[in-house]
Amino acid sequence: MLTHYPTKRSVLVPTLLYAQDEIGFLSDEAIAEIAGRLELTELEVRNVISYYSMLVTEPRGKYNVQVCTNISCMVRGGEEILKFCKKKLGVGNKGTTPDGMFTVEEVECIGACSWAPAAQVNYDFHENLTAEKMDAIIEEYRTK
Amino acid sequence: MADLVSHPDEVKVVTKRFGKGATNIDRYLELDGYKAVQKALIMKPDDLINEVKNSGLRGRGGAGFNTGMKWSFVPKQSAKPKYVLCNGDESEPGTCKDRLIFEHDPHAVIEGVMIAAIAVGSNNGYIYIRGEYRYLLIIMQKAIKDAYAKGFLGKNIFGSGYNLDIFWHGGAGAYEVGEESALMESLEGKRGIPRIRPPFPAVVGLWGGPTVINNAETLASVPHILLGGAEWYAGLGPAKNGGTRLFCLSGNLERPGVYELPMGYNLKKMIYEVGGGIPNGRKLKAVVPGGSSTPCLLPEEIDVSMDFDSLMKAGSMLGSGGVVVLDDSVCMVKFALRTMQFYKHESCGWCIPCREGTDWLTKTLKRVHAGGGMKKDIDNIQYLSENMLGRTFCPLGDAAAMPTIAFVKKFRKEFEDHLEGRPCPYEHAAEPVAV
Repeated sequence: MLTHYPTKRSVLVPTLLYAQDEIGFLSDEAIAEIAGRLELTELEVRNVISYYSMLVTEPRGKYNVQVCTNISCMVRGGEEILKFCKKKLGVGNKGTTPDGMFTVEEVECIGACSWAPAAQVNYDFHENLTAEKMDAIIEEYRTK
Repeated sequence: MADLVSHPDEVKVVTKRFGKGATNIDRYLELDGYKAVQKALIMKPDDLINEVKNSGLRGRGGAGFNTGMKWSFVPKQSAKPKYVLCNGDESEPGTCKDRLIFEHDPHAVIEGVMIAAIAVGSNNGYIYIRGEYRYLLIIMQKAIKDAYAKGFLGKNIFGSGYNLDIFWHGGAGAYEVGEESALMESLEGKRGIPRIRPPFPAVVGLWGGPTVINNAETLASVPHILLGGAEWYAGLGPAKNGGTRLFCLSGNLERPGVYELPMGYNLKKMIYEVGGGIPNGRKLKAVVPGGSSTPCLLPEEIDVSMDFDSLMKAGSMLGSGGVVVLDDSVCMVKFALRTMQFYKHESCGWCIPCREGTDWLTKTLKRVHAGGGMKKDIDNIQYLSENMLGRTFCPLGDAAAMPTIAFVKKFRKEFEDHLEGRPCPYEHAAEPVAV
């Protein structure tokens, strides 16, 4: 990837996300390593991390259930889907279940408006949702 | 999943290859793929730019600037390398069309980037795809790899002597990064804070070099324009609003979906005939015509031609083509609140009017919706929004202000109905959720 850009720094954002995919979150070690390789200070790297909503510096559930409640999803029951997920898993927004399996996150538009209400679990899209469907989806991930 | 739908009124240009396996490069070639770029390679760059200018193609990301004209701003000579950047950061609420283009016709985007590069004299293109669209990034990575393998990218493409590299790039979650100058900052590995303009990207862009930034749908339209001709494309829509566009119908509709319709298609027809009208015996209350940043239209205002200029005249914008239909069960104060919460969340925080304005407006709207509002709050919402307009460092401030001004103007009574501790007249008891 480094050869794709005139500056080393340009790989930072996609690299951070790939690193997070591997480890589950951006640990202090990962940040130090990436900063070192790209010849940036750790502070510069953390400044960038804090801007991007997908990047986290604390461990999260194995499956991040991201429910959209923005306008198209809201008018088709997105809030109810979010409420259902929080209740079923017993967590609040950005909360993680004690067994470390699931995190629930209220998110902004994920680009599934014509198939609303919609959610993502990690990178997988789940659309045209109902509470029943969401229930089955969560159970399926639980037994994966 | 993201199912495809269709309607007889569709005019399939960009969606022509959808559902036909065109992610496979051999299939893409069978379906007239990579013919347009070969045509571009033997055209004079000025002729190429004029062809796109005359087609009437205008930015499909939201701003609607004439694409050929944007390309013409790139200086002929440049000490620094020139770049083409595809904006695939689709994040405008109500918009889900670039997603389908990346999923079903990624090579058209690549080909569009190539043609833009040839037109402006660039040897480097980037295709930036939002972080949440990981499965589409994977598809694009393969498409680019396949194009290189066939000698369509790299050194001496198609044996023409022209060198052209295109790279993929994934984001990590940020609406503001869809703003073209913030997109460049993000690609350079920084926080997505917009840049001061002038200088504009066509003159000073990525790493200081002249850069053309276009939306994915805009770029995917370009090969079709070269094959069909500017006159044909321009003729599909009204004057100065040529072509077709992908409209994302969503909200309280019978048949939501992404439909490709000619520019200038009537909004009322779009809602009732293409979208199938409002289900469950409800009535239309409002429409957001082009993504959450565009002022809403009332039922009596929907008899309008969906093109850039007509919507501007009607006090709104064509925007990103995200048509969000609201029925009479929607509380407009809540809708205004959710919209403002989005902008507050996504505000990059750089400039005071946006950072403080979206925050203050969110707090006020929350209070009003909860029944704790005072009469002067309604005037304040309008006043704050009007003072944000045109005073922010980038259009995100306008995107937050404009719809809010429309909500208060067009639904003032609904705001007043929330005053004096009255419960929201639209908050119906949510069905008990089955666990």
